[in-house]
Amino acid sequence: MTAKKLNIQKLLAPAVLVLLYAFFCVFGENFFSVDYLMNILNASYYIGFLAIGVTFVIITGGIDLSLGTTMMCAALLGGAAYNIWHWNIWVSLALVVLVGTLIGLLNGVLVAYFNLPPFIATLGTQMMGMGFGAVVTKVMTMRYPTIGTPDGAFKYVFYKTSNTFFLKGFPIGAVWLALAFFVAYLLLNKTKFGRYTYAMGSNYEAARLSGINTRKWKTLVYTLCGLFCGLAGVFYAAVYTSIIPASGSGYELLAIAGVVIGGTSMTGGSGTLTGTIIGVFVMSVLKQGLMSMGLQAHWQNFFTGLVVIGAVLLDQYRIKKLAQVKKQ
Amino acid sequence: MAEKLLEMVGIQKYFPGVHALNDCRFELNFGEVHALVGENGAGKSTLMKVLTGIYRRDGGTIKYKGQEVDLHSPSEAQQIGIGIIHQELNLMPHLTVAQNIYIGREPMKGIFVDQKKANRDAKELMQSLGLEIDPCVRVRDLSVAQQQMVEIAKALSFHTELLVMDEPSAALTEKEIQELFRFIRQLKARGHGIIYISHRLDELPQITDRITVMRDGQYVSTVNTKDVTKEEIISMMVGRTIYEKPKEKSEVPEGAPVVLEVKNLNAVNVKNVSFQLRKGEILGFAGLMGAGRTETVRAMFGADPKTSGEIFLNGQKAVIRNPMDAVRHGIGYLSEDRKAFGLALGLSVKDNSVMANIEEFSGPLFMKDRLIEKTAKEYAEKLAIKTPSIAQRVQNLSGGNQQKVVLAKWLICNCDILIFDEPTRGIDVGAKNEIYHLMRELTKEGKSIIMISSEMPELLRMSDRLVVMFEGRVTGEMDISEATQEKIMTMATLANE
Repeated sequence: MTAKKLNIQKLLAPAVLVLLYAFFCVFGENFFSVDYLMNILNASYYIGFLAIGVTFVIITGGIDLSLGTTMMCAALLGGAAYNIWHWNIWVSLALVVLVGTLIGLLNGVLVAYFNLPPFIATLGTQMMGMGFGAVVTKVMTMRYPTIGTPDGAFKYVFYKTSNTFFLKGFPIGAVWLALAFFVAYLLLNKTKFGRYTYAMGSNYEAARLSGINTRKWKTLVYTLCGLFCGLAGVFYAAVYTSIIPASGSGYELLAIAGVVIGGTSMTGGSGTLTGTIIGVFVMSVLKQGLMSMGLQAHWQNFFTGLVVIGAVLLDQYRIKKLAQVKKQ
Repeated sequence: MAEKLLEMVGIQKYFPGVHALNDCRFELNFGEVHALVGENGAGKSTLMKVLTGIYRRDGGTIKYKGQEVDLHSPSEAQQIGIGIIHQELNLMPHLTVAQNIYIGREPMKGIFVDQKKANRDAKELMQSLGLEIDPCVRVRDLSVAQQQMVEIAKALSFHTELLVMDEPSAALTEKEIQELFRFIRQLKARGHGIIYISHRLDELPQITDRITVMRDGQYVSTVNTKDVTKEEIISMMVGRTIYEKPKEKSEVPEGAPVVLEVKNLNAVNVKNVSFQLRKGEILGFAGLMGAGRTETVRAMFGADPKTSGEIFLNGQKAVIRNPMDAVRHGIGYLSEDRKAFGLALGLSVKDNSVMANIEEFSGPLFMKDRLIEKTAKEYAEKLAIKTPSIAQRVQNLSGGNQQKVVLAKWLICNCDILIFDEPTRGIDVGAKNEIYHLMRELTKEGKSIIMISSEMPELLRMSDRLVVMFEGRVTGEMDISEATQEKIMTMATLANE
């Protein structure tokens, strides 16, 4: 197999996304429209942030099961700050990000310093986050300000621009997601943080014996993931307004599914953010597309599952082929 | 005795690029304990793997009880009565003794396991062997010696008549060893044949009838234990002609300063180890498998915890608690297992080269990719790393080139003390010479090297001074001018006591 052919395979995932979109444009009702495009974007924001964050964790060979409830816990605490304690909306939003980051830090410390398996540590914090958010809000749904109210201006910043402002109703959230992707991309590919992320996932012992402070860096990876959960919380609030206590579990699996569809290996050491973002959009397109075809929403789960398995099977097949070529 | 239990004649075994066994021979009588000895890599394990069907032989015949056999797997060997007790025990610690013995062939009662019958059978088995081990106890609650007995009992429950024991005494205390010997004598009295592999030459007169010596994949000789001295066995073990000329005298300049001193280091399998390393010196660590050499350097490097001991660098006391500290002090460790501890196989030559000091290649925000590229290229050329590009993943390189990548990592990191643990393991002859050449260049530049090696010729050819270890202790130290194979082997088997 030549290098050229390999490059073609790299384009496989984006091609699948485009084909999928084209498919629904042909067979779905009104799928090729601004409305559906907006829906696809809306469904991608928070999962996109979660998936970007957890990509780092998965590349180190770990896992974070607390993504969904961390996001919700953070959003609930921010909502409590705004509704119950009457904080300023912007400060409340900052609290959302802070809470996410702190839970991430806790995950990191448990995994890196107390040597808990990531599955266990984050399973624990998943449930703790879910309970804590519900307790603090006294099990009341937290409502963020809606468009039209003065504080609702935050939606113009994170969701879509005002109808009276330039580019009426522009999905500004997409710009934020793109920006976050870009920053994360630089972090993963251009900084030593990124280099260590890959090194730890590829061979943790070799990284440790190279004198890398693996505990510190691993903690930071989980903290970064938490930060992205916090950001996801902000965008979730901006799009959906109401935050229901004790919800959020299940989102982590969607985010992880996106990462896996994007070709990141669960054993660590390899993976890309581009793949992750494509994986997330594949899921969103699938969701909206199936809806446009008049199929029940639960088909989305079914097909997402199919895509996850298909993507990994395809990847295994590719690696096997590659190994055969090498042997010759 | 008319019939022999086992006869192996003219055994050949090839691995890619290596003639592992050349015309090897071994025989065993009923009721005999026959020792198989040789240095690391002499071919003892390979021969036993051929016997038990783990490897297919490429030539020769195996006769078991007078019949020619052709075994394809350990389970086939087990069926005809050949069992092997590996050095690492293969028991499941969370299961009971009886569950372990009958694993995979549990007595059944309908669809359920008949645990009562299993316990009863196990108890009978234990009693018949004169062992007092409760079959209902979990294996993890037994001592190592008891676990070994369970493993032997398990092997015998298959009606085993030929038992291979690989270093059975290595993990046992003196008292436990006597217990083991008593047990072996009992098996012998019943007519079982036992192949006993050991590095402890002192034990052999106590327990064995004959000794077969192997060296470099070849049969050397079989002798009656009572007719030979330890010294004679040692000279048979090492009596090779050395093609590469050993170093005649130390190449370290007179009065070179001591750069590293380790005092009374203690850790797991490291007992009170002290040594000095001088500037520009290659200090060879000799010893047999399990002598504690790797453990010593890993504890020194901070990779494993140490219980006590002091380390002085250039006369100053240094605190090394973890590999980070060691690297900061300019110590680099090239592990014996490159794949597990030395390299991130999925990453590129470039990324692996700079892994130990990414800090230096990192600007305030981003990695200095161009500088990394330049440095990695420079070292790839300097060390003659054969790779299509420095972006190549290291898993696609040959063993020798992988080793050079690890070396590049530590050189880029500016380490002055390099620990080479089995630097040429799994590396072909040409690349070996290149590594030797590089090591010499490095010492000329004033770097100091600790080299652990199991290959006698390599130790004699490269070292300026030698430290010999046995079971976690330093049993000897000598200048290269005084070193001989016999002397080293004597210290490494502690045969002088």
